[in-house]
Amino acid sequence: MNKPKVAFYWCASCGGCEETVVDLNEDILKVVEAIDIVFWPVAMDFKREDVAKMADGEIAVCFLNGAIRTNEQLEMAEMLRKKAKVMIAFGSCSHLGGIPGLANLFTRQQILDNSYLEAVSVINQERVYPQEITKVPEGKVTLPALFETVKTLNQVVDVDYYLPGCPPPTNLIMNAVTAILEGKLPPKGAILAPDMALCNECARKDSKPEKPMIKEYFRPHQIKADPEKCLLAQGLVCLGPGTRSGCGAACVTGNMPCTGCLGPTDQVKDYGAKVMSAIASLADANDEAEIAKIMDGIPDPVGTFYRYSLPASLLHRKYLGQAKGGIQK
Amino acid sequence: MSDKSFEPRIVAFFCNWCTYTGADLAGTSRMTYAPNARIIRVMCSGRLDPQFIMAAFREGADGVLIGGCHPGDCHYQEGNYKALRRYTLLKRMLDDLGIEEQRLRLEWISASEGDRVQKVMNEMAEAVRNLGPLRLEPMHLEEHAAHQEGVK
Repeated sequence: MNKPKVAFYWCASCGGCEETVVDLNEDILKVVEAIDIVFWPVAMDFKREDVAKMADGEIAVCFLNGAIRTNEQLEMAEMLRKKAKVMIAFGSCSHLGGIPGLANLFTRQQILDNSYLEAVSVINQERVYPQEITKVPEGKVTLPALFETVKTLNQVVDVDYYLPGCPPPTNLIMNAVTAILEGKLPPKGAILAPDMALCNECARKDSKPEKPMIKEYFRPHQIKADPEKCLLAQGLVCLGPGTRSGCGAACVTGNMPCTGCLGPTDQVKDYGAKVMSAIASLADANDEAEIAKIMDGIPDPVGTFYRYSLPASLLHRKYLGQAKGGIQK
Repeated sequence: MSDKSFEPRIVAFFCNWCTYTGADLAGTSRMTYAPNARIIRVMCSGRLDPQFIMAAFREGADGVLIGGCHPGDCHYQEGNYKALRRYTLLKRMLDDLGIEEQRLRLEWISASEGDRVQKVMNEMAEAVRNLGPLRLEPMHLEEHAAHQEGVK
């Protein structure tokens, strides 16, 4: 019997998703035994043409991590979609946009200006910017074009399943691989993680008060958190109540609040709005000025609540106003 | 940017016990006010999930108005306080996301304040009319196509 062909690819991501495959430890041997890796640029020597030569649907499963923000990434996503029977969005970036998705708070021009002109470590007196096309004596060389807006994978191609997390927890990856090999995948569109909030599997759940009321919100560096008690009850913005479980509350175990990388449960459309609602309603004040003062403890609400999901949110990005690109910094 | 021919679409979430009844009073009292708002009755301003507001903007609302009972008057004791806490943080979030602050407004209007419904509806319509339409970027593939054309 032929082993199922599997492809791994990365788009706008940090490489952590590739690392987590190695984190499978000994289990990776079982995986490699059962499958045939036909494309994995970060680890093995395959080229774009190798994929281009394949027949449509020849790849059994493609795991694609990273958000889509250049035309090269879009092209690869589209090609892999055609060649693969099952497309799995792997990790927060391809699932919800991830950290690169926070680029949607800026315009393309602001990002280029910052990276090539304004950053303190940059000296660029000739104001040279990367060009999509450069003419050289030998001909024309091109670079991928950067999009104005970072997209999730399912905003550009059809996605069959999602493996959430930054990076996806290894137990979820193994469950998914096992389900694929046994042909026991759930209905299309499923997120391959439990549909329960993180508090449900948190070791500190018994110390969570019925109704934690918060007088002051803290950021992790501002207090010394009790390693046993519910972090939310201590005033840390822990997004566990609105975040999907499946990671075993790994961050909380390390005494850090949940930042929401697994995204929402099935019922929620806009993760940031929903989890903001959960956190905001815990403020222990009824007076307008007092509430505003408590909320000042959350200096960057978009970065806090949409940390991994701005492109997947209902607004997708910062509104540029009617004169597109005419926003101030 | 003011466009006089533009009529804003406003989604108004009114609580059943105070503001919605106040709007009824405005109607039965034959008060006229700007017809721009589509009123959605909710049992309590505390029922208002911030997702509803985001969805309204996404689906084409130019402004969102929330009406609830005055502090201390909530039929469910503290629903309006919860609404206020969420609204306070949501306002800051929308500001960071580039949505002008006049596009979202929270008002406490009791069942006897028909005149206040009239005043707030008129003010909101005027403020959003002056801002112009909210045109959120669609998430279609055309943009990619345009970029690709540029490289070929």
